[in-house]
Amino acid sequence: MTSLLEVRDLKKYFQTKAGALHAVDGVSFVLEAGKTLGVVGESGCGKTTLGRTVLHLLEPTDGQMFFEGEDITRAKGKELRRLREQMQIIFQDPFSSLDPRKSVSESIMEPLILRGGMPRSEMLSQTRELMDTVGLAARFESSYPHELDGGRRQRIGIARALALRPKFIVCDEPVSALDVSIQAQIINLMLDLQDAMHLAYMFVTHDLSVVKYISDDIMVMYLGQVVEKAPSNELFSDTLHPYSKALLSAIPNPDIEKKTERILLHGEITSPINPKPGCRFMARCRYASEECAMQQSLVECSPGHFVSCCKYDKI
Amino acid sequence: MDENLLEIRNLAVEYRTDDGVIYAVNNVSLSVKKGETIGLVGETGAGKTTIAKSILRILPNPQAKITSGEIFFNGEDVLVLSEKEMRKIRGNKIAMIFQDPMTALNPIETVGYQIAEAISQHNKISNSEAKKRASDMLEMVGIPMDRFSEYPHQFSGGMKQRVVIAVALACNPELLLADEPTTALDVTIQAQVLDMMRSLKARLGTSVVFITHDLGVVAEFCESVAVAYAGEIVEHGTVRDVFMKPAHPYTRGLFGSLPKLESTEPRLKPIKGLMPDPTNLPKGCRFYERCPDAEDGCAERRPDDAEVEPGHMVKCLRVGGGAI
Amino acid sequence: MKKRRKKSRLLDIWRQLRKNKLAVVALIVLLLLLIVAIAAPQLAPYPYSQQNAKLANAPPSAEHLLGNDRLGRDIFSRLIYGSRQSLQMGVVAVAIAAVIGILIGSIAGYYGGWVDNLSMRLLDIYQAMPMFLLCVSLAAIMGPSLRNAIIALGIGTVPGYARIMRATVLMVRENEYIDAARSVNARAHRIILSHIIPNAIGPMIVQITMGVGSCILAGSALSYIGLGAQPPIPEWGAMISDARNTMREYPTHALYPGICVMISVLACNLLGDGLRDALDPRLKN
Repeated sequence: MTSLLEVRDLKKYFQTKAGALHAVDGVSFVLEAGKTLGVVGESGCGKTTLGRTVLHLLEPTDGQMFFEGEDITRAKGKELRRLREQMQIIFQDPFSSLDPRKSVSESIMEPLILRGGMPRSEMLSQTRELMDTVGLAARFESSYPHELDGGRRQRIGIARALALRPKFIVCDEPVSALDVSIQAQIINLMLDLQDAMHLAYMFVTHDLSVVKYISDDIMVMYLGQVVEKAPSNELFSDTLHPYSKALLSAIPNPDIEKKTERILLHGEITSPINPKPGCRFMARCRYASEECAMQQSLVECSPGHFVSCCKYDKI
Repeated sequence: MDENLLEIRNLAVEYRTDDGVIYAVNNVSLSVKKGETIGLVGETGAGKTTIAKSILRILPNPQAKITSGEIFFNGEDVLVLSEKEMRKIRGNKIAMIFQDPMTALNPIETVGYQIAEAISQHNKISNSEAKKRASDMLEMVGIPMDRFSEYPHQFSGGMKQRVVIAVALACNPELLLADEPTTALDVTIQAQVLDMMRSLKARLGTSVVFITHDLGVVAEFCESVAVAYAGEIVEHGTVRDVFMKPAHPYTRGLFGSLPKLESTEPRLKPIKGLMPDPTNLPKGCRFYERCPDAEDGCAERRPDDAEVEPGHMVKCLRVGGGAI
Repeated sequence: MKKRRKKSRLLDIWRQLRKNKLAVVALIVLLLLLIVAIAAPQLAPYPYSQQNAKLANAPPSAEHLLGNDRLGRDIFSRLIYGSRQSLQMGVVAVAIAAVIGILIGSIAGYYGGWVDNLSMRLLDIYQAMPMFLLCVSLAAIMGPSLRNAIIALGIGTVPGYARIMRATVLMVRENEYIDAARSVNARAHRIILSHIIPNAIGPMIVQITMGVGSCILAGSALSYIGLGAQPPIPEWGAMISDARNTMREYPTHALYPGICVMISVLACNLLGDGLRDALDPRLKN
């Protein structure tokens, strides 16, 4: 059976004055229809770039991508247009992701207008249906984004992404800018939609508790590379990579009964420009030794659980 | 009473805009003891930042008006002080840290200079003395002294926030107002900054009002907590009391909305609906429309503070009495 | 739906603008000027070219409110008719400049890279030539006439508009809704027309308003040196020019059109200032 989306050794470098910035450096994953892949990491780890490269909003530097078995790495023109109907994106910032000069229904209808081949009355009725699906009352139809709160704006973004009936949606921090009570509403909505429409999500976020909630598999990224990848529960119960461990322990826990021991990382993320070979986390890792300076590779330590650390079984 | 460093009584603030009057803070009372760290939690528009800005009297003028209330700092009502007297308090006795470290520093001055300037503004000391104390401050927030003469753009986000904290603490203030100081930072960096703030607090004995929307941060950093909703403090008590036995339906709803790492529930339990429009607040309980436990009377009567256990106050009719 | 949007947006701007008394006065002045220009034949007591040798350089009288010029023409009527030429100069020239400028600016800003570099360097070279000199030589090549002066002014002032548009587009381009549009297959021209220009137009409106003023001024100057409106068509600049030989004896002949130019330019600038504040979202509330 072919999977919905397969990415092999994807690379995206940006040319800067100081040298090549390795934003995404050799990322591979497989995503099945109807499943969710969580991508976690801190700012600068390349998670957003990964999402945009998969959607062809950025051109990949190297690597391959397959959608339903078909090579889409260099898709262009007609092929790309057809592909984009199947792959959509939901953005982080509900303020900047909506055109302030377009009303709610105009924003949601835009994808339908661009695709064409449908009478306007049909587009309007589909737009109303979409608004209903994402829980936007019909009275907001001619409202403008600035008149609405963040949660409703994010619902517009979701409705717009759903308009073309995609199979795959990149969710780029869709709830990070929202208040907790609204965040929970949106997460539930996204889970409901996934069940109803058999959507596959690539859920990019820095928030580990959210990602655990929504994902089937989780990929932890650090400086453009995947350091650990595992089924959601396993990543949390059997964390292997030192960075994943530190990341997990850094989440402030509202449960005052359970105090977790905090692993404090020293230093901050190093530059992704012309990185040295070897483990990129080495400079901040308390277990680092000479062997870490050698090329690391992702090894499967148990079925479906991959880790990129030469010392994972020793620490 | 006199052990309270800060005491806010019945504070009300409104903003006058073209679209009507926004009732941002309504009848808020809050006190901070010497050396205490209090978390002020709430969602966007709950009035948290407005409360902090009222304390320093840096509300946007002329839109914002403090319509009632008193704010006692060391027993003195800061709301009646002259602007000149206020300047002696601002930055010296009470300091504030803002959310965005990127815009809080002057890009064309070195970080060391900015700290030294904060010190010499309130202390009559020589330049070299100010410089020395500034570099001590830098050390204290975990930045090596040799970065004294660097410019803000040479610092990462987490480092900048450390500098901002150093500027704020430069005059050894008695009260620090921290408005979402770690929200813009990555979790591992947030952990570092919180850790540093915790040890600084222990060393300097500063009282802190920590404004945040993150209940996890409150649990880790604060001793007591006040939950703000629609311009009111709906629940107030020690972190232990409030987190273990949340009494207000809104507080309980907040906890239900959080995705928990241990949870196996297939869906979160969000609070339904949205915060009421601050230009048109409901007559009775502000949370009435979203409350799962609401009764008929809640729409009509406004709840008053009720003590569920010593020091644990809740504004809910179902817990205690109310006023009309 | 479209109507509602325009309406609410205009209403919004008007509500902000209303707070600025000077800008409101400026707006009223400009509207009056427009009415005068349109209704000139009805308002003017005499035809602009009607000469009367007997009344040459006559002082103001009940029949001729502001007196007569050296050919005995009614100055008041000529001022009224002159508003047509001056407004035309301002509005049409700015329209030409703004349309070309918006196009160049949007394309340069949206595509970036070499397109941006090339167009900006070309504008640099263009701007290195003194604007007025450019207008003068263009008008000289195409022959002196009001139309040619307008074209010259329009083409001459393109770089300013293009630059402002480009800078705004560079900011608008970073918004995620541009990526959102790309991800649903919107082509570049649609993104520019439907998303970028409407969102970047704010600063342009300010520039356009002020531009009308400076074009009226520059147009008057062109007419003054004989490269704009040709006699006997009245134009304020041309009227000043006409009066220069008798400036000592009859200073008012130059003064009245001068005041007209000044008032209309000042009104444009004040309105532009007001619009800048009204359109700036940071100053809202």
